[in-house]
Amino acid sequence: MNTLREIGQLAEHYDIAIVGAGPAGLSAAARAAELGLSVLLADENPAPGGQIYRAITTTPVADRSVLGEDYWKGGALVTRLERTSAAYAPGCTVWSVAPDEAGGFELGLSLGGQARLVGAGQVILATGAQERPFPIPGWTLPGVMTAGAAQIALKSSGLVPSGRTVIAGCGPLLYLLAGQLAAAGANIVAVLDTTPRRNWLSALASLPDFLRSPYLAKGLKLMAAARRELAFRTGVTALAAEGSGKVTGVKVTRGGATETIPCDALLLHQGVIPGINLSNAAGCAQHFDTVQHCWTPTVDDWFASSIPGIAIAGDGAGIGGAESAALRGEIAALDAARRLGRISEAERNEKAAPTRAELARSLRGRRFLDLLYRPAPQFLAPPADETIVCRCEEVTAGQIRDTASRLGVTGPNQMKAFLRCGMGPCQGRLCGPTVVELIAQVRGVSPAETGYYRLRPPVKPVTLAELAALPPTESAVKAVVR
Amino acid sequence: MFRPMHELKAADALAFTFDGRALTARAGDTVAAALLANGVQACRQTPVSGADRGPYCMMGVCFECLVVIDGVGNRQGCLVPLREGMRIETQAGRRQPDSVRA
Amino acid sequence: MTAHNLTSEADIVVVGGGVVGGAIALGLARGGARVTVLDEGDVAFRASRGNFALVWVQSKGLGMPEYAMWSRRSAEQWHQLSGVLSEEAGIDVAHSQPGGFMLCLSEAELEQRRHTMQRLHNQMSLADFPYEILDHDETKRRLPDIGPDVVGSVYSPLDGHVNSLKLFRALRDASERRGVDYRPNCTVDSITQSGGAFRLKGAFGEIAAGKVVLAAGLGNARLAPMVGLDAPVKPSKGQIIVTEKTDAFLHNPMVTIRQTDEGGIMIGDSQEDRGFDTVVGQPILSVMAERAIRMFPRLAGLNVVRSWSALRVMSPDGFPIYDQSLSHPGAFVVTCHSGVTLAANHVLTIAPAILSGELPTTLDAFSARRFHVPAHA
Repeated sequence: MNTLREIGQLAEHYDIAIVGAGPAGLSAAARAAELGLSVLLADENPAPGGQIYRAITTTPVADRSVLGEDYWKGGALVTRLERTSAAYAPGCTVWSVAPDEAGGFELGLSLGGQARLVGAGQVILATGAQERPFPIPGWTLPGVMTAGAAQIALKSSGLVPSGRTVIAGCGPLLYLLAGQLAAAGANIVAVLDTTPRRNWLSALASLPDFLRSPYLAKGLKLMAAARRELAFRTGVTALAAEGSGKVTGVKVTRGGATETIPCDALLLHQGVIPGINLSNAAGCAQHFDTVQHCWTPTVDDWFASSIPGIAIAGDGAGIGGAESAALRGEIAALDAARRLGRISEAERNEKAAPTRAELARSLRGRRFLDLLYRPAPQFLAPPADETIVCRCEEVTAGQIRDTASRLGVTGPNQMKAFLRCGMGPCQGRLCGPTVVELIAQVRGVSPAETGYYRLRPPVKPVTLAELAALPPTESAVKAVVR
Repeated sequence: MFRPMHELKAADALAFTFDGRALTARAGDTVAAALLANGVQACRQTPVSGADRGPYCMMGVCFECLVVIDGVGNRQGCLVPLREGMRIETQAGRRQPDSVRA
Repeated sequence: MTAHNLTSEADIVVVGGGVVGGAIALGLARGGARVTVLDEGDVAFRASRGNFALVWVQSKGLGMPEYAMWSRRSAEQWHQLSGVLSEEAGIDVAHSQPGGFMLCLSEAELEQRRHTMQRLHNQMSLADFPYEILDHDETKRRLPDIGPDVVGSVYSPLDGHVNSLKLFRALRDASERRGVDYRPNCTVDSITQSGGAFRLKGAFGEIAAGKVVLAAGLGNARLAPMVGLDAPVKPSKGQIIVTEKTDAFLHNPMVTIRQTDEGGIMIGDSQEDRGFDTVVGQPILSVMAERAIRMFPRLAGLNVVRSWSALRVMSPDGFPIYDQSLSHPGAFVVTCHSGVTLAANHVLTIAPAILSGELPTTLDAFSARRFHVPAHA
């Protein structure tokens, strides 16, 4: 592996460019390089691993039991890549993917404050997942963070919340984090479970599969540990962060009764959803996945998107977890090599077969978890009007509902034009799902029918000076200087 | 709001300032982690209402950890590795345009 | 959607719910009409969401002096419109007309501008259209932040800008308060006239009205022939960059750079003939960014937060089309690529004229019949 620290070290062209160095990107890059392709693996973080294996090569957390054995599996992915000739560019953001004249792609990249355009024959987006927005009153107060954020602070810096900590939400990662933070010595005063009880009904049909799944033992262990050791409260139907200038407590409603739990940190989590900004801006088709309840890029069995030459591997194309992400990266890389003519279709199929079997096993039981931990409607579309939905532009749920009902706005793009939601620096990552949910609710239609933001490059900040330094084309000059 | 699990070893310590205050954090921390480790909760005020905000996602998605680093505004603290001697400041509302006047 | 299947009691149906249709609808409702607006849905070619938000007079009207007068008149009326919107919708659309600049980065560009302005002003009375050609030093005196590459500028005190998204919302909001029936997801497939009423049909059902106004932007090209009108408009692609919010330092709008009331710097305005393609292209963004930094070096370090492209609605000569159908009286077409500048005229002049049943003869020059006059030798 050749680590590139300066933008000038990048080649003009690679057979394949992979965006994101989590499990999917690491294994895609390794497999592609092993097949003899020239590979660029670009990642905006300072070290490989993505979020689940965050800081796997650099973590200061020495006691292996704190983060658990699953975490340490990530090391093998990095070791495998290190043995190849792949180019790995940390701290490198990809802000644009566009077709080039030669039938390949041109990637807009920034590293160390400088931008470059780099060509690639094939592209695999392995941009992973982000936490599902959790809009409750007060969630913008300092001291309220995602559970994932606390986990990142723990993995990459060995930091533990220092005061009274409340963890709220639902999903397997919530219990995992609770366990990790407790093992690291955090003072967890409450775990507030928002899993709707009736979810059991819809999830039940998928239970048999789950019982044969690799999740089961792990999940039950986590849950049992969390319940045993922590102040675990189920049936939470409303949450609000309280405080002025910073969080000082969380107001909890369960069983019709409301109480305030004083705290210094509130960690929120209600599952993860694909990070779709780059694929959306590149023009890849997406659909609303009704089981996982989120917008998801549409891919085929080889994780090829609607744009030939762009594949989307890992959680960025539907949540499957770290193990399945790595397998999906392998398969996408095999197909990219086939598209580049380096291996035949038969070779691809043959090499992919064992990986596919493993993939099927790793995904078994996922549906049960998706249905069981689907967030309650009131945590997807906040009922309190004053709840901020767009954190960047400070647009509230009340404004969105009013504009949808009174001004006849049917989708997020018109909402954005009227209220500025999604126009801030996060480009809708933290408000998009909620805005869609609120419009759908007001109009009595599905999120699928409501649509999603149409995004454009640059999907990550790039300065005017960086853009200006890129080579112009004659036709572009003509279009501007008239 | 956060504390390190392990004592900071002198060999690993980087010195930096936040709004002029001299602080230290571990080499390998991002700017946002270094601020959290030093009890900093709010690192910016929004350009819309002026409300205090602090790091929220720590993974480059939310743009809440924006700070001024060595004079450059609106940088994502969670993506920038801390360096010795960094001058970090609260991002107070809107970004200042460059002061150079040609 | 069943309610939409009922025949409506609307006096007038406006097809198109953008800034042009919104302005007409508001003007009609202010005149007491019962108005229904039929609009497309969330995804549509909407110049109203992608425009540059100038209220602009200088340089407009070469080849049609009436357009220069019309633009100027709307710029004057904008003060009134802004008051109407603030009163009726409670929205301040951030309208200001502090005078605008066209910055030139080479002697050739400046010379070309000087020439254009001269030809423009040879068409009409100079006194009514004040403008100045400024050299670098004078431009710098007025705009201290310009860079050394700016060789000069054209300045006109008539020019200004608004927040066009606030304008768009204010038009809709004020219309709603005036009882306009706004119907999204109602693409019109056919329009027929019988028994003195127009019937508009689509997947939404059917609606009847005494008058119909076509304000459907690029859609007018398809709709106009259904009622004996002609609107040969074509798309012209423009791309725009907007930066993060920054402290206010650009107080005047430029043709290609302006600072919004929220603080972002908008940079435009490319022009490409690319059909209905709205893909954002990096090379154009780069050229726009490079020129913006040469104009204002202080912009260099700002982050781009968004870019987009939109399609201008261009007639063959670039000027608006205002017409009433000769074969189908009561059917009107309103189409232009400067829906922001002309919004005041649309609310305050065109809408009342449509209500009265007659467009003023002063607008004869804007009839699409001009495209069918045989060229003189």
